[in-house]
Amino acid sequence: MRKIKSLSDLEKWRKDILRKQDEFETIISVCGGTGCHAYGCKNIKDRFIKTIKENGYQKIKLRFTGCRGFCERGPIVTIQPQEIFYQRVKEKDVPLILSETIKKGKILEHLLYEDSMTKSRFISEKDIPFYKAQKRLILANNGLIEPTKIEDYIMLGGYQSFSKALFEMEPQQIIDEVKASGLRGRGGAGFPTGKKWEECRNATGKLKYIICNCDEGDPGAYMDRSLLEGNPHSILEGMLIGAYAIGGRYGYIYVRHEYPLACKNAEIAIKQARKAGLLGDNILGTDFSFDVEIAKGGGAFVCGESTALIASIEGRAGEPRSKQIHAVEDGLWGKPTNINNVETWANIPLIIKNGSKWFSSIGTEKSKGTKIFSLVGKVKNTGLVEVPMGITLKEIIFDIGGGPKDGKPIKAVQTGGPSGGCIPVSLFNLPVDFDSLKEVGSMMGSGGMIVMDEGTCMVDVAKYFIHFLEEESCGKCLPCREGLKRMSQILENLTEGKGDEESLYLLEELGQVVADTSLCGLGKTAPNPVLSALKYFRPEFEAHLDKRCPAGVCIPLIHYSISETNCIGCGACAKICPTKAIEGEKKEVYHIISELCIKCGSCREICKNDAIIVN
Amino acid sequence: MEIKTVNITIDGISVDAEEGSTILQAARTVGIHIPTLCYAEHLSPYGGCRICVVEISQDGGKTFIDTSCTHRVREGMNVQTKSPRIIRARKMLAELLVSSAPNVKIAQDIAARMGILKVRFPMEDNRCILCGLCIRMCYEQMDGKALGFAGRGTKRKISMPFNKRPETCRLCRGCDYICPAMIIPCHGVKEPGELCGRCVLLDEMPKCCPTNTFGCFCDKNPL
Repeated sequence: MRKIKSLSDLEKWRKDILRKQDEFETIISVCGGTGCHAYGCKNIKDRFIKTIKENGYQKIKLRFTGCRGFCERGPIVTIQPQEIFYQRVKEKDVPLILSETIKKGKILEHLLYEDSMTKSRFISEKDIPFYKAQKRLILANNGLIEPTKIEDYIMLGGYQSFSKALFEMEPQQIIDEVKASGLRGRGGAGFPTGKKWEECRNATGKLKYIICNCDEGDPGAYMDRSLLEGNPHSILEGMLIGAYAIGGRYGYIYVRHEYPLACKNAEIAIKQARKAGLLGDNILGTDFSFDVEIAKGGGAFVCGESTALIASIEGRAGEPRSKQIHAVEDGLWGKPTNINNVETWANIPLIIKNGSKWFSSIGTEKSKGTKIFSLVGKVKNTGLVEVPMGITLKEIIFDIGGGPKDGKPIKAVQTGGPSGGCIPVSLFNLPVDFDSLKEVGSMMGSGGMIVMDEGTCMVDVAKYFIHFLEEESCGKCLPCREGLKRMSQILENLTEGKGDEESLYLLEELGQVVADTSLCGLGKTAPNPVLSALKYFRPEFEAHLDKRCPAGVCIPLIHYSISETNCIGCGACAKICPTKAIEGEKKEVYHIISELCIKCGSCREICKNDAIIVN
Repeated sequence: MEIKTVNITIDGISVDAEEGSTILQAARTVGIHIPTLCYAEHLSPYGGCRICVVEISQDGGKTFIDTSCTHRVREGMNVQTKSPRIIRARKMLAELLVSSAPNVKIAQDIAARMGILKVRFPMEDNRCILCGLCIRMCYEQMDGKALGFAGRGTKRKISMPFNKRPETCRLCRGCDYICPAMIIPCHGVKEPGELCGRCVLLDEMPKCCPTNTFGCFCDKNPL
């Protein structure tokens, strides 16, 4: 690897890479995101390497890229420049792709994405409804580069924003540009990034720290993970620009150790950037020096909170402290510290490259730019979606997500991770931005989006999230430690049919007090799922008081039986029942012995005629 | 040296508070009572029990709630220590505290003072209220560094490193001295001439005490 000592060196390097790139006729990209890894994409990559070698294919470049977002349809293979998008690729398809598509130019129909409603197939990624309604800016390069190769990033114009900032802009100019762009922190609170930078720049102290917060712990969310795994250099570039603007000397990327691929790719990226002279002393021949290290977190959810994160890096237990004096003045080791989320850092190079005007033209009045959501739950197309701020929930769930998965109507969406709220379907025309989500009792959070249908019990959902937060509470302050425990107990009683009218009022009052008095953001937002569910789905809570669970989820409250009209006497249910609680004769109506039934739901899943009734 | 002061309003009373002092300190100088639990004058503020919460607004802005033991005074601050929102919060906190540790005198005292007559949660019998006073006493005043928190959330407890008494512990018993839960509630005298004696006749050590000295402050097993 060469060492870049000036701006012209960087440009020359890029031209050399591009020249080399022209030697290839086809580029095959295999998605190497975590979702596709679970589907076995590594075997597919190995098979490609093997087959290419064995058959002596020439001029093919194989890339193992970061997450493409459409995780529901993994493993994903794309072919450039033909723009072919293959999904659910199996190992046995690899020789076919090479011999048919690459050599003969024939498209393999069975690997194309098929819309389940219209039955139409799409060749190019751009035409697939899941991608069509998105606006992919930060995730755009994820499919085009190999995260472990700095050359790929440089080829696409990487580190040019940084060199522009370093050579053409004054630090204050950069801060003004970020301020004018209207970028707000993507970690959840939505604090204006430019304002934070300015406060940190103006804070007294010579040594300043820059931190990238990648302690993503929300169940079902993986935006930050995919960014750091798929495009680590964009984060480093953002941090470099930030460090130059703020006057930071050292930086940390705080990653959970449960993200091994993210840790590995970030580590490689830092090493490469150091070798290339983009990190370290006297970067690009100037007197600006900055270096980044990785700090691994032990996996505590609360360490995503800035003061707890700082405590964790310092080597103390990850507990938050009073926040009257912010980290920008008194942060890591008592020095001014600027903490931003992964996604915030990834936005910075784009703003410097395209200007604040371009950035602020996207989004709503108070929320600018795009936001990545991890769309999961009961929708057809799950995965990572990047949408402009102000898009409605309906567009995300029905146009991009493809609507309900199991045919049951969608009931609600839970946004913002465990401490977000549940938004009912009646509010789906709501524009998604920081302020309108907060207004309805939820929040943007880091971008989790869990879709729920009629088969989901809201009391059960609230119980799940409160239980998660009870486990993750650090235990420092009384309302969070004891209050969440009590809320969890009350919800547990409700799902067992032991609740009374008073317990709903107590739950509400307790929730409000926990939100009011807790020390940190975890406790302050923890009651959100309960309070929003109580606000929008109170009848469902009241049904639990009458010992009924309308969604048929809470086991102590439900009862299984077999419909006499629907049962055709096939006996499939009796065969699968683990406790032999179903008996009957073939071709006659079967019966469930309720004393033996453990309500596992196996019979309901196997019955083809909807003859199992839950009430 | 001249002492710099800032002017703030507490419960409608104008107070000239020393710059850098906390709301709690400022309130106490003018005799406004704010209940505390995990606060001690000579130790660093911790902000864990949240009993001392107050409603604050800065320069007529939106009000927010924070603990008065950690929040420092700033010019133009308006503080409410007894607003309905605060009273409701404190009552709920006292109820949570006393339901978790009903046999701890200070929990009962706080609950009584808040006017709690009925507890709506199932009672538990925790002895330690996790106020962290012993840890700070050991660390800050006695230079012992022998105590710390272990575990997270509901599993949190006071512990010595690896449950073993380190050499730095000189058995100074500063932790016993400061522990607000260590005072054993007196059941009172039943008949004339009889003594309560609970504190002396305590047979069993509660498991929460890391130094295993709970209850013996007045004193059955001299160390």
